[in-house]
Amino acid sequence: MFKQYDVIVVGAGHAGNEAAAAAANMGSSVLLVTMNMTTIGQMSCNPAMGGVAKGQIVREIDALGGLSGIVTDKTTIQFRMLNRSKGPAMWSPRSQNDRAAFAEEWRYQLESTPNLDFWQDMVTGLIVKNDQVIGIKTGLGNDIYGKTVVLTNGTFLNGLIHIGEKQFGGGRAAEKAASGITEQLVELGFEAGRMKTGTPPRIDGRSLNYALMEEQPGDENPQKFSYQDSTTTVKDQLSCWITYTNDAVHQVLKTGFEQSPMFTGRIKGLGPRYCPSVEDKINRFADKDRHQIFVEPEGRRTVEIYVNGFSTSLPEEVQQKAIRLIPGFENAKMFRPGYAIEYDFFPPTQLKHTLETKLIRGLFLAGQINGTTGYEEAGGQGIMAGINAHLQAHDKAPFTLGRDQAYIGVLIDDLITKGTDEPYRMFTSRAEFRTLLRQDNADIRLTGLSHAIGLASETAFAKVEAKIAATAQLIKDLGKWKITPDQANPVLEGIGTAQIREKTTMLNLIRRPDVDMDSIEQMALAFGIITEPLATEVSEQASIQIKYEDYLEKERVMADKLSNLENIKINPTFDYAKISSISNEAREKLSKAKPVSLAQASRISGIKPSDISILLLHIQS
Amino acid sequence: MLPHLHLVANSTIVALSTPPGTGALAIIRMAGPDTYRILDQVFRGKRPSEAPGYTILYGHIQDPASLATLDEVLVSAFRAPHSYTKEDSVEISCHGAPLIVRQVISLLCRLGAVLAQPGEFTLRAYKHGRFDLAQAEAVADLIHAETEAAQRMAFSQMRGGFSKRLSALREKLIHFASLIELELDFGEEDVEFANRQDLKDLLGSLLADIGGLISSFSTGNALKNGVPVVIAGRPNAGKSTLLNALLQEERALVSDIPGTTRDTVEDTIVLGGLQFRFIDTAGLRETTDVVEAMGVSRTRQKMQDAQVILYMLDLRTTDYGALIAEAQAALVPLLAEGKQVILVGNKVDDVSSAVLALYQQAFPDLVLISALNNLGLNVLTAKLISTVQLHLPSETDVVVSNLRHVEALRLAEAALERALTGLHNGLTGDFLALDIRHGLYHLGEITGEITTDDLLGNIFSRFCIGK
Repeated sequence: MFKQYDVIVVGAGHAGNEAAAAAANMGSSVLLVTMNMTTIGQMSCNPAMGGVAKGQIVREIDALGGLSGIVTDKTTIQFRMLNRSKGPAMWSPRSQNDRAAFAEEWRYQLESTPNLDFWQDMVTGLIVKNDQVIGIKTGLGNDIYGKTVVLTNGTFLNGLIHIGEKQFGGGRAAEKAASGITEQLVELGFEAGRMKTGTPPRIDGRSLNYALMEEQPGDENPQKFSYQDSTTTVKDQLSCWITYTNDAVHQVLKTGFEQSPMFTGRIKGLGPRYCPSVEDKINRFADKDRHQIFVEPEGRRTVEIYVNGFSTSLPEEVQQKAIRLIPGFENAKMFRPGYAIEYDFFPPTQLKHTLETKLIRGLFLAGQINGTTGYEEAGGQGIMAGINAHLQAHDKAPFTLGRDQAYIGVLIDDLITKGTDEPYRMFTSRAEFRTLLRQDNADIRLTGLSHAIGLASETAFAKVEAKIAATAQLIKDLGKWKITPDQANPVLEGIGTAQIREKTTMLNLIRRPDVDMDSIEQMALAFGIITEPLATEVSEQASIQIKYEDYLEKERVMADKLSNLENIKINPTFDYAKISSISNEAREKLSKAKPVSLAQASRISGIKPSDISILLLHIQS
Repeated sequence: MLPHLHLVANSTIVALSTPPGTGALAIIRMAGPDTYRILDQVFRGKRPSEAPGYTILYGHIQDPASLATLDEVLVSAFRAPHSYTKEDSVEISCHGAPLIVRQVISLLCRLGAVLAQPGEFTLRAYKHGRFDLAQAEAVADLIHAETEAAQRMAFSQMRGGFSKRLSALREKLIHFASLIELELDFGEEDVEFANRQDLKDLLGSLLADIGGLISSFSTGNALKNGVPVVIAGRPNAGKSTLLNALLQEERALVSDIPGTTRDTVEDTIVLGGLQFRFIDTAGLRETTDVVEAMGVSRTRQKMQDAQVILYMLDLRTTDYGALIAEAQAALVPLLAEGKQVILVGNKVDDVSSAVLALYQQAFPDLVLISALNNLGLNVLTAKLISTVQLHLPSETDVVVSNLRHVEALRLAEAALERALTGLHNGLTGDFLALDIRHGLYHLGEITGEITTDDLLGNIFSRFCIGK
């Protein structure tokens, strides 16, 4: 009843959807298997995309030809560019989304993708022959064959939900868990672990008093994620609201500690340190007398509210009692309580840079199954796994991204090199070349590469080529456009920067930290140097390249220097046991990780610089 | 590419470890996995392969082919990993005749040992994790140390004093970097961020630490290469005569003709456990002679670089006032530059005691000598030693003595200064962090954090054979 597919994707969340879409758009025949067709593209936790470092990933996915940016733009209810005051590398797009519309849009986009079939069923095992995956087994008793399989099981593998002392199997609230895959992979020799994450209660928005909260509106001039013209910026934005917990809230929460699965040891998995539950916060930071709460709307056609910052697995009556002590929540009605969930993951050091497992050929893992957290991190891995599953199914060379090319490159290299003990989330500080990996240039960095392997469209490629050319032309023109003191000084005075005495070029003016492109553009328009306004993304790009020229150049040099170490390759059969001079720990870690280059070896946690020097000597002798 | 890395594999290496030439004893060192297999074949005495580590064997070296006995020797046995290279190793003390040494080494090589490349023993010690890069470099300094003070400094570095200071510095920097990162990645969070003034203070204290290390370089360099002492003064004041008297040899050409010395002449000598590098210079005067003028300009350059200046006055003059004025004119700018100046009155045996009293009144610290007749030289050297010792580092001080280290420190300093300027100018955090990461990178270059082939090649080519 099923044909043999090039790529079978298991799971239809952010990772699975990107994987399926990428492989199908590159020309593979793809089957997307999900336990429930009505929950494709669910936002399991907060109804938001992007944020610091995460927004950059969404733009990278878009630049590569993925769909997350488009789906997000089409369902945005609020947009903010975070960190505007902190320099271009830190500007981070973030949106609130309509949860239901987001899922619907994902399904619509996937259904519009050629070569992509769907099947609703639970995958209970893999068909493996000679260390190569050749298909899947399902709960309905089907054997479906495929050249490659991408597993994106999210939190569903042996998922266990905790609320107070209650615990029950489940992959998400009201959805059942999946079993079978973990057991089989362990039998095949994989190492598995447990992780924990959590989500806050959902509230009836009609029961809240917003007058007691601080409004957080969207940007006045909202932008969007996708570089493509197929989406537009958001109209009619909804606001979020900010309020705070207080000592009374904390006291009530503490009464539930005895029944907390976190504190009684029932939860074995490790949760994220940077996204703690509210009980964790008041326990670990006892001296802090209040914690921030973001009140986020779930959509345009619902009154449901997401209480960001109040993730908890305390008994629901404690949740209800405590939340009503928060200003604005006095009469809050709960739709459903927060909960914690434990699930299986596979330490990602068992993967290659392509996200293919080292043990089983043709098997790729992406998303939370690799120990990450976040829709963006999942989507970034998904698109790379989908691309590489397609390439392998067609006997083509793999496609990977370097740490100086993309956050996605940093993400995957971190995962497979260092592994992770807690759910891995991207931060800009994880990227040593973050000033190169900006949200404004993801298309310049990646669209050409993706187009070359047949994913990014002709239109997208032409668009980025035009942007690059126009930016270069504008920088050249600014060097030619001269302006006299009479023309410039009134504007300069208005900005509060030093006036000029002689005719100078606009390039010299824009180099000043306090002169922005808008002022330059106004002058150019006013004095007839240009007749049309500049294209926003071109003028922004030119402005960044001019103002930070020295820094970006220096960063490039440093990146190239370090890539020398990337070029010192280590033979995969290299025998680390023969290096007696490094610690047992280092020897074990290197033998296990089998780094492909000296640079990757240097990033393995616990590997000291001296180990690397010694390794260098051994590689070359 | 390291020039000799192809040899590093698993060979057993051998070399003479004491200076070449004739001496009472010579020590031949052999290290590597086949050490004992090779030695067993040539050693007549207790079997070396059965000797525990840290023992000494008495016996003879005999050529197993000709059965000729080459020498009577003592063998110190070391067992892996308790040896310099962490491999099996022996030190053969034989008689210090070049012929014997040559015969023994070629015999060992015939049986499978290979001649060690310069620095290869230390390279192996490094490879086997005995040292970090800074410590390995200190070993080279230790071997080349010619005075006690330089040796103390190298020892302190080898024990890791410098590496410790650096890692303390590094940690401080990482702390600073993390404050910046906090603000960048968690700007949306409800946490308190370090204020700009705190950041400036922290950066200031880091820069002070690095600056201290950098400025210790001149001391470190002086200890290694000799404290530069320039002998300056008017032509024919007797500078070259003093140089010869201090070195106790005819090093510089001496004549009665003013301006005989046209270029600088230098040589080193150890006095009171310190190495001094004396630099004789062309006399300072206005001249139309092109060559002499070049000499004079070089003199001024040398005075710039000097740590101590011996300013010589020819006391045989009738115009006392002019001489005193000359001395004062010379002293004022030098002292202003922070130079240590010792005023030396020469040709004291040709001057009456009344005149001497006059000079001593003008300059209470004037050292009176006669370079030609070796008068007062002891007083002068004692004064020189005490002047320099005042500025010596104590044993616990960390002194930077390696050019590569000081260059890396300077680059780190430059990166942090850019960060400080950035802080003042309101540069955004992403670029501040970039400068700080560059600073970390350069500090890491010293302890071998990020090492390149060229770097290692350079370092290890400095080692002479046998060490």
